[in-house]
Amino acid sequence: MNRTMVILFRNPLSLLGLLLVTLVVVLAVFADFIAPFPEHRGAVVDFVYFNKAPTARNIMGTDLVGRDLFSRIIYAYRISLILGVVVLAIAVPIGVIVGLFAGYLGGKSEFVLMRLTDVFLSIPPLVLAIAMMGVLEPTLLNAMLAVTAMWWPWYARLVYNVARSEREEGYVLAAEVIGASKYHIVFREILPNCLPAIITKMTLDMGFVIIIASSLSFLGLGVQPPTPDLGSMVAEGARYLPDSWWLTVFPGLAILIAVFGFNLIGDALREILGAEQ
Amino acid sequence: MSAILSLKGLNKVFGRGRSAVHAVKDVSLDVAQGECLAIVGESGSGKTTLANMILGVIPASSGSIELNGVALPHKRTLEHRRAIQLVQQNPLSSLNPKRSVGASVRLGLDVYEIGDRADREGKVEAVLSDVGLDPELRKRSPAALSGGQRQRVAIARALACDSRLIVLDEPTSALDVLVQARVLRLLDTLRREKGLTYLFITHDLSVVRNIADRVAVFNAGSLVEFADTETLFNSPQQDYTRQLISAVPVLSAEELNFRSALQSREHKE
Repeated sequence: MNRTMVILFRNPLSLLGLLLVTLVVVLAVFADFIAPFPEHRGAVVDFVYFNKAPTARNIMGTDLVGRDLFSRIIYAYRISLILGVVVLAIAVPIGVIVGLFAGYLGGKSEFVLMRLTDVFLSIPPLVLAIAMMGVLEPTLLNAMLAVTAMWWPWYARLVYNVARSEREEGYVLAAEVIGASKYHIVFREILPNCLPAIITKMTLDMGFVIIIASSLSFLGLGVQPPTPDLGSMVAEGARYLPDSWWLTVFPGLAILIAVFGFNLIGDALREILGAEQ
Repeated sequence: MSAILSLKGLNKVFGRGRSAVHAVKDVSLDVAQGECLAIVGESGSGKTTLANMILGVIPASSGSIELNGVALPHKRTLEHRRAIQLVQQNPLSSLNPKRSVGASVRLGLDVYEIGDRADREGKVEAVLSDVGLDPELRKRSPAALSGGQRQRVAIARALACDSRLIVLDEPTSALDVLVQARVLRLLDTLRREKGLTYLFITHDLSVVRNIADRVAVFNAGSLVEFADTETLFNSPQQDYTRQLISAVPVLSAEELNFRSALQSREHKE
């Protein structure tokens, strides 16, 4: 714990990352209490205040139907984080299990599992997601499915590489000689040694998932209106640049803050967890 | 003395056709109950391949391995696995850095389902003190231990399930000289106290002279000479053995005195 603190405080960027991520998470979790106009997350129309520049009442301005942009950004964070957590919660276990078994077992299993992974990796991620969303209905659930489908192969590849080098370690031989099951060797011996790499990548990926999800929404393939989403807010506002600049600038900044924060934290974690090995 | 382990016409060929490597060639030998049999040879002479076949990590190409007169299949049962344990060369790699010392030592007890939870903890403590470690170390990570301590933990792991036959694959070559001497003395004491049988793989002939009863000399996968330690050192029959023995650096009388003084001082500690 002490060493963790030292690394965090020695590097102001890590601290900034922690601050930004905490801010984003707090906003998302307590959105109902923080948002000045919670009802604006849905289909609300207020023509008195439509398309207004930032004022004391609406600190980030209002959109084309008069909804408070700040409130909508806060709720969009909630959607982004849920999306990130769900995508990683599905993609990481799949990728990790594929990578662990391919790396430890070698031979035919390795060939089949890793070539399958290569097939997914060979398709540009955004293109795969766009193709999937084109076939499926563009809903939040399908957005998650699409992003998950393109995300697990990266974990398979990462864990495969770590597991393959860990397989040569003496402790694996020791467990084999004792007669421990494959399940024990893979999950109890090798997996703990892959965790630092996995956790670091997960943190970095939270940012990337938010970007990909926003890109999909920007193209109209992700979260659908009236649910607030940073990507679709940017897309919608882009048509009214530069006059109604707040429509794009604030959601854009919101994406930037979240992605930047998760990346900084990821770098700090890499240092904290990596050095312990 | 009855044979605890018999190797009969054991062969190992890696690969096929022209690129095939005959790593172990027609090896037959008996390991007697309670002895320390050294397997000596330079790197690449097939020592570790032989050990891996005995441990059931890789299958033999032909020949048989008998434990107490019963042939071992390549697919070992847990009972077979329990009978033969291993201490590896590098204690930095042989203990999982992410598991506690106690968890590593307890693995065999868990796998063979020996006793209940409390029994296993008690056994881990007992076996750690058998190898001269503080039982409290079981809660620590291997990273907190020195090289010598880690190798003691590896020895404790091999002893935890009361196995009689232990394969020691260069157990001291990764340690510095003084620690080496202590670990060797520990191994020797344990063998006498617990009636263990050692298959001691090494390239270090000075270690062999100290600890082994008999020596099997390997060259390019074949057993070239097999004799009592004294006989082998005093009247080696094969040129290859003579070369190996003459390659051991001879200590001067001064150095010998210095070493024995050090050893007696250690003894008093």
